[in-house]
Parts: sequence; C-alpha cells; structure tokens
Amino acid sequence: MADEAGGLVIDPMHQFQIHPLFGEGPLTWYTPTNQTLWLGIAVVVISLVMLIGSAPRKVIPGRTQSITELLYTFIHDMVEEVTGHEGAKFFPYLMVLFTFIVTSNLLGLIPGSFAPTSHIAVTAVLALMVFLTVTLVGFYKKGIGFLGMFWVSSAPLVLRPILALIELISYFVRPLSHSIRLGGNIMAGHAVMKVFAGFAGVMGLASIVPIAAIAAIYGLELLVAVVQAYVFTILTCVYLRDAVGEAHH
Amino acid sequence: MTGDLIQFALMGKYIGAGLATMGLGGAGIGVGTIAGNFLSGALRNPSAAPGQMANLFVGIAFAEALGIFSFLIALLLMFAV
Repeated sequence: MADEAGGLVIDPMHQFQIHPLFGEGPLTWYTPTNQTLWLGIAVVVISLVMLIGSAPRKVIPGRTQSITELLYTFIHDMVEEVTGHEGAKFFPYLMVLFTFIVTSNLLGLIPGSFAPTSHIAVTAVLALMVFLTVTLVGFYKKGIGFLGMFWVSSAPLVLRPILALIELISYFVRPLSHSIRLGGNIMAGHAVMKVFAGFAGVMGLASIVPIAAIAAIYGLELLVAVVQAYVFTILTCVYLRDAVGEAHH
Repeated sequence: MTGDLIQFALMGKYIGAGLATMGLGGAGIGVGTIAGNFLSGALRNPSAAPGQMANLFVGIAFAEALGIFSFLIALLLMFAV
C-alpha cells in the first residue's frame, strides 16, 4: 500500500485477493495460490503442535504438552456438556474443526500473511459439511422422526404449521449464517485494520493515533479469532444435539 | 443520457450498501443486551456463571447472525449487483 500513500486511495479489500504463487495465469482448481499455501501451513502447524505436544507423554507436562492437553480437554468437555454422551462420538470432527479454524485465524493475523477463513468460500464448505453431517446423522439416528424437530408439539395446534415453516426456514438458513459469521468477522477485522493503516499513511505526525488504534484493534482481533472458532464449534455441537439428542422442543 | 442513468444506479447501489450496514446496529443492541444480562446475572450468582458460558456464546452468535445478514446484503450490493 506504500505506493498509494499521499491520497485517501486505499483498497482494504486488496489483501483478500487470491493470486497464483508461481507466475501469472488463469486460476484453475489445481493452481497453487496463496490460499492453498496458507491452508497447507495451517495443517502443518496443527500437526507439528499436536505431534510434538503428544510425544513426551510426561506425567508433569511441559509447555507444548500443556497446550495440547488443555486444547483436548477443553473441546472434549464442551462436546460432552453440549451434545451429551451420544454426541461425544463426533469429538474428532469437532476437534479438527476447532483447531483448524483457530489456527488459520491466528496465522492470518501475522502481518503480511493471508487468512484462509476470511474467504466465505472456505467457511461455506466447512458450514455445508456441518449441515450435511447433521442432516444425515439426524435421519440415520431417528429416521423420519427427525422431521419431528420441525413440529413443535408444545405449541397450540393452530400455530404449529406456522412454526413448522419458520423452523424449516431457520434450519436451511443455518449454513448461511454459520459460514458468514466466521468469514465476515475475520474479513471485517482485517479490513478495519487496513483502513486504519490507510489513515496512518496520510496523517503525518498525527498518525500516532491510527497506529495506536491498530494496536488496540489487533488485540481485539486476537480475541475475535479465538472466540469465532469457539462459536463455530459450539454451534456445531448445538446442531448435532438436535440430530443425536432426545427431542427437547 | 444512459451514462447519467448508470451513474444514478451506481449512486443507489452505494447508498443502499451504506443503509444496509445500519442493520448491524440491531446486532449490536442484541449482543449488548445478552452480555449485559449475563453479567448482571453472573454478579448475583457468580458460582453459576461458568456453567452458562456456552449459552452466552450461543446467544451472542444467534443475535449476531441477523446482523450479519445485513452485512451480507451490503456485500452483495457492493460486489455482486
């Protein structure tokens, strides 16, 4: 953005552009891009932390082992608390979801890097997989009784068709809100930081104000990165509870 | 004449995108209500508060989702229309 300093011509969305790593050319599904690079880095980082952390298996854990153990017990307790004993089978899936999202969010906060989760294309696939899993598991576990979720038996009979319609719409809106919540939060945070960086470029000596603001927003974004991963995982747990748990509507 | 019309349509697009972001204010009110009520409840009964953290975040997420739809509309107006 340095060449654009001197005017208020900033493009906060420029950082989300996907470009091929090697040379120019059209983007195809197999082109290595900055997106695939950072997705790969996230996977490598998770694997390294988990492998190094679980290698010593000491009774008194060291630092890396503590991180892995805390992460494991945190997710495991959350899954058991929200989905119950029956849903604990899905712990590996939720563990992967949480670690992947939190790692890509945090890696995206390194200056100059790229946040894969800022793209709705990535989060939409994650959310669609959750949606498919919940729907398939629900029909597998409960058969046609899964549709009883939409028929609120505690409501008056007159209201039930209307409620069924509302429940049906809210069920199909789930993957949309699930994906846009994560993607939108990460994207908006990065864009805000870039907008303030644009202010800092043109304000001269007074640019200390936007730079201080960037530092504060960066702290907030660290929080948002972890909270959004947590929210994504716990909402998956809540949706899974509908599929595997007993009817509680 | 057609150039003027296109400019006019562009103006409407940007104004619409700006208006759509106002929906996020509603999400702010919702999230603030949930967090504030959680805090007042947690201060009355601190021992029960940690068990309700999950509900807090789920409530915030649901309140936020509706604001995010307005953000989506702003994005659609800016980049898709």
